[in-house]
Amino acid sequence: MAVRAIEAVGINKWFGESEPRTHAVKDVNFEANFGEIVYVVGPSGSGKTTMLSMISGILRPNSGTVKIEGTEIWNMSADALADFRLHKIGFVFQDYHLFPRLTTAENVAIPLVLQRRDWDESLAEARRDLEVVGLRDRAQLPPVKLSGGEQQRVAIARAIISRPDIMIFDEPTASLDGETGRNIVQFVREHLLSDKRCIVIVTHDSRIYEFADRILRMEDGRMTGVERSQLNAQ
Amino acid sequence: MPPMSPRLEPGILRIAYKLLVNDRPKFVALLVGITFAVFLMIEMTSLFAGILLRSSSTVINIGSSIWVMDPAVQTVANTIPLPNYVLDEVRSIPGVKYAVPLYSGSALLKLRDGTYQAANVVGLDDTSLVGSPQMVSGNIQDIFAENAFIAVEDSEFYKLGNPHIGTEFELNDHRGRIVALARVASSSLFGVPTLYTTYYRALQYIPNTRFTISYVLVEPKTAADVNTIKARVAADGYLALTRDEFMSKISRFYMYQTGIGTNMLLMTLISFIVGLSISGQTFYTFILENIDRFGALKAIGAKSHELVSMILFQATFVALTGYGFGVGLCALIIWLARAHLPDYAAIITFPNLGLAFAMVVVIAASSSYFGVRRVLVIEPFDIFRG
Ligand SMILES: Nc1ncnc2c1ncn2[C@@H]1O[C@H](COP(=O)(O)OP(=O)(O)O)[C@@H](O)[C@H]1O
Ligand SMILES: [Mg+2]
Repeated sequence: MAVRAIEAVGINKWFGESEPRTHAVKDVNFEANFGEIVYVVGPSGSGKTTMLSMISGILRPNSGTVKIEGTEIWNMSADALADFRLHKIGFVFQDYHLFPRLTTAENVAIPLVLQRRDWDESLAEARRDLEVVGLRDRAQLPPVKLSGGEQQRVAIARAIISRPDIMIFDEPTASLDGETGRNIVQFVREHLLSDKRCIVIVTHDSRIYEFADRILRMEDGRMTGVERSQLNAQ
Repeated sequence: MPPMSPRLEPGILRIAYKLLVNDRPKFVALLVGITFAVFLMIEMTSLFAGILLRSSSTVINIGSSIWVMDPAVQTVANTIPLPNYVLDEVRSIPGVKYAVPLYSGSALLKLRDGTYQAANVVGLDDTSLVGSPQMVSGNIQDIFAENAFIAVEDSEFYKLGNPHIGTEFELNDHRGRIVALARVASSSLFGVPTLYTTYYRALQYIPNTRFTISYVLVEPKTAADVNTIKARVAADGYLALTRDEFMSKISRFYMYQTGIGTNMLLMTLISFIVGLSISGQTFYTFILENIDRFGALKAIGAKSHELVSMILFQATFVALTGYGFGVGLCALIIWLARAHLPDYAAIITFPNLGLAFAMVVVIAASSSYFGVRRVLVIEPFDIFRG
């Protein structure tokens, strides 16, 4: 059997030292394969962000294992895991966390800069991806001059700039109008997805459901099942 | 602010630089805090260094290697006369190349226009003229002429009415005459002009106590003889100090036995605390304001030591820039003050600069310490969750 992009088994997460503790993610098994886009949907507070953080090396589970490309990530040292995230995973955070003192292009270039790529080269690639998300003319502006939707697109550009194998998007279209949201996810599907990449998207946005290969549902910390499954429809 | 050598530095530091410098209000507040702390500190310590140097001006200007004095002498100006036999005793010590008497005392002058002016009179040994100043005009040999005095063109010279060769005055009802003008290395702290004359004329013109030698100036045959000389003088109940020892004795007196030292120390401490609190606070706020972005960097894959190096770079950059401005400002102010106040005593010494630098390092280190501690504990998940 080919190695899976992501394979999480029996992961749990509690918050709080003492009772009542929040059991945010309960015994979740999750897998995603290369070449597919997996959606995770579910009501707010159901544990989607927590689950996503654990399968992407950001939040250590209380129990369970997570393998990315066959490597058990929670056995790594902090620095090794940071390096792993830097080179393998692209993130869109729920809040975009852009640096207000940097230009939009510099914000987008950050993953490449952290990878110690040449500064000018990184900025050139940042401008290329800003064009992809339709913000070429905003490259020199600080992010605060941009609307919420534009900032979200900047965050998407930052997540995809290093063309990582695994892309983790937490509600990437929440503040986009339907048209823009669809266009971006369509771009992701058509240009970024390949049989060497895997994309996991948490969303509420039914307007983009058509781009998913599988849609999983979470409720109250549990993975309750498959909302919709389609064989790779292209 | 021009970008610094964009090619060489790692991009992470370049980001750190932009985060810092593009936050104009914070950056300016940080710079102002450090600049003023450095300025105050260097200004204070330079003033003090200037005062200390001037308090030893006679020691510097006479230039003798060894000074023999009464053990109770605290400063060069408050002399305690030595009996003549001390001079003979010192001359008899093996290892002494020569030993001569020096007179140093004050006198009241009546200038030509009728005004009175206090002056410091230095009487040089008649046979050797050891300790004579550098001549600006006139000849040192004229010191032997009748009523001859040599005026020193230091910052107090104008108080003698800017005399020239031939100018006459009265000194304790004796006639005095300027026969030459001289220059010395260091002006005195006490704000009175200095006149040189011979030892015997000084004794004749200035009323004296039973003993008359202020100091015995000694030149050892070799440097190895210094300790013997000191021991022999001590055995006689007197004190022999090298020039540097005498100067530090005087410095210690001004530092610890007068209010000057403690006040300077206090001011220096205050400038340090002000600098530390303004800059430390501002820097910490700056880190806190950017904390979620540092967290985002961590989530994306920045390693802890990279975040630490960003913070250290920022702190170092502000500290060094502030230090540069502070030193520059201080040099400018001292230069301006000197141009307008001839008596202004301040010298920027390497220890001053070093002390201020150490202070800046402490400020930068402690500010970044708190910033680093904060950044190291960020949970990227809290950032991820929003
Ligand atoms: N750091 C935390 N401390 C305490 N409770 C938390 C923390 N993070 C998440 N939770 C709780 O865990 C549950 C799941 O949160 P989250 O994963 O953000 O849900 P979703 O992304 O589906 O909206 C919620 O009840 C939330 O309040
Ligand atoms: Mg969420």
